[in-house]
Amino acid sequence: MRKPFAITLDVGSSLANRTGTWRTERPVYLDRLPPCNHACPAGENIQGWLYHAESGDYRRAWEELVQNNPMPAVMGRVCYHPCESACNRGQLDQPVSIHAVERFLGDEAIRRGWAFPQPASESGKRVLIVGAGPSGLSAAYHLRRLGHAVTIHEAGPMTGGMMRFGIPKYRLPRDVLHAEVQRIVDMGVTIKLNAKVDNILDTMRAGGFDAAFLAVGAHLAKRAYIPAGSASRILDAVSVLRGMETAERPQLGRRVVVYGGGNTALDVARTAKRLGAEEAIIVYRRTREKMPAHDFEVQEALEEGILFKWLTTIKQAGETTFTVEKMELDETGFPQPTGELETIEADSLVLALGQDVDLSLLDRVPGLVIEDGVVKVDANMMTGHAGLFAGGDMVPSERTVTVAVGHGKKAARNIDAWLRGARYAPAPKHELASFELLNPWYYTDAPKSVQPMLDILRRQSTFEEVTGGLDEGNALFEARRCLSCGNCFECDNCYGVCPDNAVIKLGPGQRFEFNYEYCKGCGICVSECPCGAIRMEPETI
Amino acid sequence: MTTQPVKFYQTGTFTVGNRLLDESQRSVQANMERTNSLNSGHRACQGCGEALGARYAIDAAMRAAGNQLVAANATGCLEVFSTPYPETSWQVPWIHSLFGNAAAVASGIAAANRVKGRKGVQVIAQGGDGGTTDIGFGCLSGMFERNDDVLYICYDNEAYMNTGVQRSSATPPAARTATTPAVGKRPGNVAGTGKNLPLIAMAHGIPYVATASVANLHDLEAKVTRAMGISGARYIHIHVPCPLGWGSAPADTIKVARMAVESGLFPLIEAEHGEVVDRAKIRHRVPVDEYLKLQRRFAHLFRPERDTERLAMIQAVADRNIARFGLM
Amino acid sequence: MLKQIEGSAAVAESIALCRPEVVCAYPITPQTHIVEGLGEMVKDGRLSPCEFINVESEFGALSVAIGSSAAGARTYTATSSQGLLFMAEAVYNAAGLGLPIVMTVGNRAIGAPINIWNDHSDSMSMRDAGWIQLYAETNQEAADLHIQAFRLAEELSCPVMVCMDGFILTHAYERVDIPTQEQVDTYLPRFEPRQVLDPAEPVSIGAMVGPEAFMEVRYLAHYKQLRALERIPQLADEFKAGFGRDSGGLIRSYRFEDAETIIVALGSLNGTVKDVVDEMRDAGVKIGCVSIVSFRPFPLAPLRAALERAKRVVVLEKSLAVGLGGIVSDGVRKSLSGIVLKGYTVIAGLGGRAITRSSLRQLFERAGRDELEAVTFLDLRTELVDRELERERHARRTGPTAEALLRDIGTVASRID
Repeated sequence: MRKPFAITLDVGSSLANRTGTWRTERPVYLDRLPPCNHACPAGENIQGWLYHAESGDYRRAWEELVQNNPMPAVMGRVCYHPCESACNRGQLDQPVSIHAVERFLGDEAIRRGWAFPQPASESGKRVLIVGAGPSGLSAAYHLRRLGHAVTIHEAGPMTGGMMRFGIPKYRLPRDVLHAEVQRIVDMGVTIKLNAKVDNILDTMRAGGFDAAFLAVGAHLAKRAYIPAGSASRILDAVSVLRGMETAERPQLGRRVVVYGGGNTALDVARTAKRLGAEEAIIVYRRTREKMPAHDFEVQEALEEGILFKWLTTIKQAGETTFTVEKMELDETGFPQPTGELETIEADSLVLALGQDVDLSLLDRVPGLVIEDGVVKVDANMMTGHAGLFAGGDMVPSERTVTVAVGHGKKAARNIDAWLRGARYAPAPKHELASFELLNPWYYTDAPKSVQPMLDILRRQSTFEEVTGGLDEGNALFEARRCLSCGNCFECDNCYGVCPDNAVIKLGPGQRFEFNYEYCKGCGICVSECPCGAIRMEPETI
Repeated sequence: MTTQPVKFYQTGTFTVGNRLLDESQRSVQANMERTNSLNSGHRACQGCGEALGARYAIDAAMRAAGNQLVAANATGCLEVFSTPYPETSWQVPWIHSLFGNAAAVASGIAAANRVKGRKGVQVIAQGGDGGTTDIGFGCLSGMFERNDDVLYICYDNEAYMNTGVQRSSATPPAARTATTPAVGKRPGNVAGTGKNLPLIAMAHGIPYVATASVANLHDLEAKVTRAMGISGARYIHIHVPCPLGWGSAPADTIKVARMAVESGLFPLIEAEHGEVVDRAKIRHRVPVDEYLKLQRRFAHLFRPERDTERLAMIQAVADRNIARFGLM
Repeated sequence: MLKQIEGSAAVAESIALCRPEVVCAYPITPQTHIVEGLGEMVKDGRLSPCEFINVESEFGALSVAIGSSAAGARTYTATSSQGLLFMAEAVYNAAGLGLPIVMTVGNRAIGAPINIWNDHSDSMSMRDAGWIQLYAETNQEAADLHIQAFRLAEELSCPVMVCMDGFILTHAYERVDIPTQEQVDTYLPRFEPRQVLDPAEPVSIGAMVGPEAFMEVRYLAHYKQLRALERIPQLADEFKAGFGRDSGGLIRSYRFEDAETIIVALGSLNGTVKDVVDEMRDAGVKIGCVSIVSFRPFPLAPLRAALERAKRVVVLEKSLAVGLGGIVSDGVRKSLSGIVLKGYTVIAGLGGRAITRSSLRQLFERAGRDELEAVTFLDLRTELVDRELERERHARRTGPTAEALLRDIGTVASRID
């Protein structure tokens, strides 16, 4: 066509006009740290594995999950999920039930027999781990993935540590625990049971170990001084719960008093109820609000008929009567005795006052520092003695399974570096993806799914698992409640909302790029990114 | 025990795309092969709602028409920023004639297509609110009345932006423009009844009338697609914020449009043969303040003190829309 | 085929033979009969395929025409007077876009005062819009010019306005030879548009052009008309070969070779002028006349050749450049640049005022005696003007001039004698 001059133009010729020069600010894609990931003591990339679960690729989700935590079926049941407290979705409706999805993935892996990969090559280094609890198992797993030969020495007759001896089976069925431990063993980890280490340096020398990770836990029950008659039946929580794992179950009687306000106290009381006690009473010197135990556990205990005596201490123990004193909180919130006494009838008293660490294996280790009954470690989880690392309940920190698993991972990475004569440098953390950075309008309204609960009568009489898992349907639903805070989930918003077509879509899984030739820097992409994965930065000339 | 049907896709269809949805449920804009009918290099201001709305609409129309599309354009921002010699941003056959005749030019194109037996080639006319509700109204009404086979799209940014933000008959009450300045006892536009062109279009009894917003892409695309499947005169009125004229942040273009919808000030409706047949429900209702406060053209309603009377009047407009069209 | 037929009907038949594909119609006197005729032919299927569109205004009419022409359809419309002004913006636009639309203007005066009768004020107001303007002297020529107009428009990609005097031609029954379809098809090839809105080959038509290229665009429009100066006579020759008669061309001269006085006029007036020329020639006066057919492009060279040997030129104009005098005279003077002869502008026939042979004879005789003013208003009723001027000298508020004049002559608008 002989087109008329100037008034008629060839299509698309405006590409010659590079409007990018108008820009004073430029958008850049970034990954921000989702609050769940930030809050996870095990350092899980929760948003990352939820991303795969959202599309129904559970295998890939599980593989992403076990990059950081080898025991999702356990974790999904026992973790107190600080991730969910931090979850931004909580500000919209309710947090994503991360633990429920994690548990679903863990159970799915067990059901389908998914295994860990074998290490690509062997490093030739040998690492001793003391203790087959969550921290030791986690470290073993990570070290094995890195190609090191790992041997665990466990003092007890069974693996699992506090996961077995501290958590009742109605919360963590033992077949689940077994399956996840076995999967670690199957990677080629050696576990020696009933192999208490008396002297760490001797054992290392004898076994030719290049490094050691100590994770013996805290198994010594704390005692409190209570004047008691000789016939008084006073037990400690650790012994009771450990007894549950043996053939001979503890004899607690018809009425049981548990002294303490932590989760362990609740575990014992609920165990007593299941063992046939008519009454299980928790005596705690402060109020419900001050209890260290998690509220949902208190709630479950109340549902099961556990009685509570708040603001009460035990003064004296007799054969079947216990004298208790009412307390009141002073203005600082500390309980003070009132002198008001009463007696309660009970067949036994279980003390659930916390645990100490058995540090006997560390006698005479040079350089080691022990403070407040726990071993000091540096930022790399190494004790004062080179090559000797420690984690879990035996180092200063919060004592949870998840923290212990996190210690295991962190120690493993540091041990690996140390074995190579290097220092492990963790990747710098991204900035936090806080709620204000999101555009939540785009997310569909969806309250969280509810996990099925065991019938109350069976909860009071059997050790069947109280909380059920999600089925695939609602696990998928729940995963898709994730807002993907701070991380692109390829919703195409930036690609769609740019008035200048200055966003290049790279294809599934490849995300996007800005075409700065044409981007005018209006910032609509930043405003309309649902998950806060774009930021404006000043343009430099 | 609660079980949930898995009818939930994280963002559903609120986002442009959604990797969890079947391709067919994603928007045209999510497609890597979209036509980009209005291509990069155009000279619209940063954050231009009209540029966005035009690409949304024409890309959707192109898909619906299998790329067999011709467009006529009224004078105005869209025309000026897209086709300054020697460059054009359009990828579709496109003609600009005058300010007030886009509808008539489109009628002529449609007539030519008919007489030439070009079956399947569809015609779109487009213009701003000035070119549609004011100067182009006569031709538009004629096109409606003859039921010419044209889809007319009005990109409504509520004033004459190209000439420097003067009032049009689509300018809302109290808005500041260059010809309704924010001075005097009643600053801004007079609170007249304005001109509601979608309703006027409906009064012509044409087969299809709809309103749409750049804040609701899926709705917009569905309406354009729907319109393309109907023959005869069709009209779609798209709300497109103008950062320059409205005094809103360029980054807030879609947010402002969203607040207009969510407040009830800009109802999203569909009508066939003069009767409303559907409306998009408000998801999270907001008071009109949430919309007005984002725009400097309404600043005098809040400073130096709250203009309670006129804010109540504007809120009443939103309330009436919500009741009239059943938006909640 | 010879027919005794109304001018408008003849034109309608002629246009139908050109196979227009889109016809836009909006009623205004006196062009209405043309589009009515076409509408009927479309409706009863004689003219097919063709889209006949009743629009809502003249602005709409030409706008629809712009769209259909840009989409590759042969397009026709017609208007008059106020209608032409109402579409003025589109008139310029169609030319700017280079769209080969053919439009008939049934020439009529422009108000106020509103007046439905013939003069050239309407088309003259659009003389610089970029359209080619051809003026028909007879109904036969009006019919023929439309056939040539489509050929010219489409060859050059330029709109053409065919001007025919309202009532005098449009409503007059005369004998017209309507050509056959074969003759027209042979003369007028299929429309091959220079640009077309086609999804297979998309372009953007109607770009905004700034100072960097606007002059060039305008120059090219001018150049296009200069090319038309060459093509118009050729097309008229071709037309003569095909149809066997003289129609069109740039100018037509009559008894001018030895003329001392030459009358220049446009359109139907030339018929009366020729009669008077014949009378005066019979009386021995050396007088002739020249009819300008193509007013745009303006035929400077042919005019010069026709006029340069005369002693005086009288330009008879049916429009008025208020505050100056003649419009056509300007062009005529330009064609005679450097030649010394007397030139007179005569404004005649405004608003349908009859131009009689006797008035013309008197006028030409006075011209021959060089008694004319530079600008003369033919048959101006000076007594009416003087009375009104007198009133205005005495009173500030004299009321509307037109109504006052009508009162003076004791008549109402519909009964002017």
